[in-house]
Amino acid sequence: MATLELLGFGQNGWGALLLVATLMTLAVTATALLIGAVLGTLVATAKLSGNVLLVGLGNVYTTVFRGVPELLIIYLIYFGGSSAVTAVGQWLGYEGFLGLPSFAAGALAVGIISGSYQAEVYRGAYLAIAKGELEAASAIGMNRMLRLRRVVMPQVLRYAIPGLGNVWQLTLKDSALISVTGLAELMRTSQVAAGSTRQYFLFYIVGGVLYLLLTSFSDRVFNRAERRANRSMPAAAMGQA
Amino acid sequence: MDIAFLSSAMVTLLKAVPMTLLLFSLSVFFGGLLALVIVTMRVSGNRILSGFAKGYIFVFRGSPLLIQMFLVFYGLGQFGVIRYSFLWPFLREPVVCAVLSLALCTAGYSAEIFRSGIRAVSPKEIEAARAIGMSGFLLVRRIIAPIAFRHALPAYSTEIVLMMKSTALASLVTVWEVTGVAQRLISQTYRTMEVFLCAALIYLVLNFLILQGMALLEHSLSKHRRAAPPSAVKA
Repeated sequence: MATLELLGFGQNGWGALLLVATLMTLAVTATALLIGAVLGTLVATAKLSGNVLLVGLGNVYTTVFRGVPELLIIYLIYFGGSSAVTAVGQWLGYEGFLGLPSFAAGALAVGIISGSYQAEVYRGAYLAIAKGELEAASAIGMNRMLRLRRVVMPQVLRYAIPGLGNVWQLTLKDSALISVTGLAELMRTSQVAAGSTRQYFLFYIVGGVLYLLLTSFSDRVFNRAERRANRSMPAAAMGQA
Repeated sequence: MDIAFLSSAMVTLLKAVPMTLLLFSLSVFFGGLLALVIVTMRVSGNRILSGFAKGYIFVFRGSPLLIQMFLVFYGLGQFGVIRYSFLWPFLREPVVCAVLSLALCTAGYSAEIFRSGIRAVSPKEIEAARAIGMSGFLLVRRIIAPIAFRHALPAYSTEIVLMMKSTALASLVTVWEVTGVAQRLISQTYRTMEVFLCAALIYLVLNFLILQGMALLEHSLSKHRRAAPPSAVKA
């Protein structure tokens, strides 16, 4: 009974807070995924450009942000960003410490990591487009932009869906690390609830179950999206895509 | 760039490398053993065993490692049964908790990787082995395990690199490995970028060494795929 009360929505219950925290986790993950999509597209374009300098920069980006612990990158953005903001503040005449908002810092840090994985997903998807289709598009006189919009983008998006599903799951789990910045997402709220009620086991189990619900639910969404995107493809080709 | 500060930060961080390597090697070792148990259950054909393995893989791959680690570190001590058992002197240690949760988590991922390796073993090879009278453990040891391991190796080396990155989370349960020491240095000096560069360099070098080692292992396990050297042909 006491357990139910702790998890409920009553006066002493943490139910409402945990629910809000779950939504916060979803919000910060979605923001990070979007930031990652922008960065990933840029990095993938750089890596595919054939320009030695751009390819090198792209390789450095994906190597560093996939090879260094996520926690370290969050520290870099959170503490580094805060000192940058403080420096700007002092320059504008504001004395004292200014912190970067934890949502922005967390979403940016996880977005940078997510971008390094998404870059590889988009690059693979682009390389999966049949060369003949690109040549055919040029042959009938499409310019670069038109070809990108009509031939490249629709196919890249379709080929990228399974990989993007994996990146979403990774990003969702990485978002738990944003708790170190104090953002009240699911991990942080479970921690606070566990600490203030001394019911560590209960609240970490509940937090873990909520994460499992999020990951299995989003798995379903991505599977459905994959089926939908491939609905015009012959059944045999679907297995390969 | 302040070379003196960079080198002193590097020295401080390098002192934490043995702890990172300890966490890494212990958790890869125990995680690998546990993964073998899980994957054996998963492919056993027994409904209860494979159901348990499926559940294990779902839980440990579907939730963040950090929450698993906190569950082990803070959650277990809540129970009198564990607090007063002979295990407590071990489970009280942050390092043990970190290794335990890292190993439990990686076992879930590795089991799936091993399973895909096992699925890649051609049924013909198993049939051939059965035809000449191999069965049970001999079949696994001589035919299935070597082929499956070779197939699983590329994905497993990625998983091992992820493990190296995951050891950073141990700093949140008060183990002083590289990331934890880096965080302490940052909050003492406020020189985020320099400390980050040093710590990042350490991890990149470690990961590079792991990948090189795994590539070497893969190379030495796939001798049969390469053309024989000219000297061997002559003999």
